[in-house]
Amino acid sequence: MGHIVTFQTQTVLSGEVFGEALAADAPLSFWGGIDPDTGEIIDRRHPLSGSNVAGRVLVIPFGRGSCSGSGILLESIRNGTAPVAIVTSHIDQIISLGAILGDELYGTYPVVLVMAKEDRLQISTGDMVAIGANGLARITPAGGV
Amino acid sequence: MLQGEHGPALQLAMRIVSRMAPLYGATTLLPVTRAHIDGVILSGSAGLEFAEKLADLRGQVSVPTTLNVMSMDRERWRDWGQDPEFASRAHRLGQAYQRMGARPTFTCAPYQIADAPTFGEQIAWSESNAVAFANSVIGARTNRYGDYLDICCALTGRVPAAGLHLDEPRLATVVLELERFPSALVERDDFYPILGYLIGSLVESEIAVITGLETRPSSDLLKSLTAAAASSGSVALVHIAGVTPEAQTSVEALGGRPPVRTRTVSLTDLREARAKLSTAPGTDLDVVAFGSPHCSLAECRALAGLMAGHRASPTVDVFITTSRAVRDLLARSGDLATLERFGARVTADTCIVVAPLVRIGARVLMTNSAKYAHYGPGLLGVDSVFATTEACVASAIAGEVCRDDGPWAT
Repeated sequence: MGHIVTFQTQTVLSGEVFGEALAADAPLSFWGGIDPDTGEIIDRRHPLSGSNVAGRVLVIPFGRGSCSGSGILLESIRNGTAPVAIVTSHIDQIISLGAILGDELYGTYPVVLVMAKEDRLQISTGDMVAIGANGLARITPAGGV
Repeated sequence: MLQGEHGPALQLAMRIVSRMAPLYGATTLLPVTRAHIDGVILSGSAGLEFAEKLADLRGQVSVPTTLNVMSMDRERWRDWGQDPEFASRAHRLGQAYQRMGARPTFTCAPYQIADAPTFGEQIAWSESNAVAFANSVIGARTNRYGDYLDICCALTGRVPAAGLHLDEPRLATVVLELERFPSALVERDDFYPILGYLIGSLVESEIAVITGLETRPSSDLLKSLTAAAASSGSVALVHIAGVTPEAQTSVEALGGRPPVRTRTVSLTDLREARAKLSTAPGTDLDVVAFGSPHCSLAECRALAGLMAGHRASPTVDVFITTSRAVRDLLARSGDLATLERFGARVTADTCIVVAPLVRIGARVLMTNSAKYAHYGPGLLGVDSVFATTEACVASAIAGEVCRDDGPWAT
């Protein structure tokens, strides 16, 4: 049984959201990695392959690869298949750009946070994550306290 | 611009550029003299909605702006069996960018058209291979601008003052020291894309300088090297000592500092990189493709020389992807007729990974392009065979994969 932990994060795009974590310590490219029509992770070499990011808190070290990733994230936001929040361990320009475009075009965006690696690694798939506007992230372990 | 005094399109674009600047570590913006837009490739609906919104708001680019490949051949899409509804959306997207004043160049090799950027010029380019070529071979300065920051930079004429726009981040920190390779190897046209493909896998965001290359490759060969490096990795700048403009010597490329690390590049490394580019083991062949990045006029003429008097096997589809400007010249010189008599489809404005041109059910793609070979399996669902230009043409004629390992054989 785990216990609730709280981490201070750096907010790139802030907001109050709540969702179930989808976490892996492997970078993910949105282009060729996520199907924006469904939210499914389609990179078959990624440990989260087959999972769906829609409505989840996606926790990865960073986004990998192509500049077209921001376009894919924007398309996901438009289609309602984007994560509610994306947590990485350093500022990812492509992810941030997709989220900013979502805000500017559709008035909605995933919250984008940067979290220290040792904190990020404590989040597991299935944990419930509550993010405050101040960037405070409260993690309730899967299965409750 | 942020207050909207220059109209709502510029206000929106400026807001996006300004919000992105701190994420690049920039505290100010700097002016650019030209832009190249990748957002003209059709994928989904958001990109089309954004471009049409900016165009409807009467956005106008403030610097000369070229357009990347689009998702249709504007003149001959019917000949290639493109779906009319898809073509109509691709056309709308191209039109939106043209309404904003961008030039309808529709090429991923904008450095090979008239009025290319020059040394030291600050530019806002997207398209990974174009960024790598502009920075490395021309010495122009750009970061990789993702969808759809590129058009925002073109409208505002500004970029965040950071990264490869500045002096210091352009200096190499890694030395890649080539062993002495047999000249029979270095003279082959598959040497440079294989070397590039290897480099992309050896460096991440680091800047490298290659030493020990004793030839001065042509612009087309350097294009194949930088495009390959930008496919296997996210290389935006690579120096080649004695060849590229910021590396008259490796010391210059390093800015006089000692390298953080030095890595020797052996024949074994190159052989491994070459092996990764081919995923099809057999001799079955469905498609042969040339032109990622787009074939230059010289490359098309070389193909015409190899194809003249021959015919491709009826079981193999042959694509040569290039720009409209080049295809028009080929038509006038008679080379287009030669290529078409061979059975090649010479497409313009587009390419096989941004438009559905390859027939459904094709299983094996053979190409002299490391970029096509790299993206083929993921984007087209085909296996790839990477080979020299001559081996690709010979295979198209034979109707099966003819490998020419030459000095690569162990």
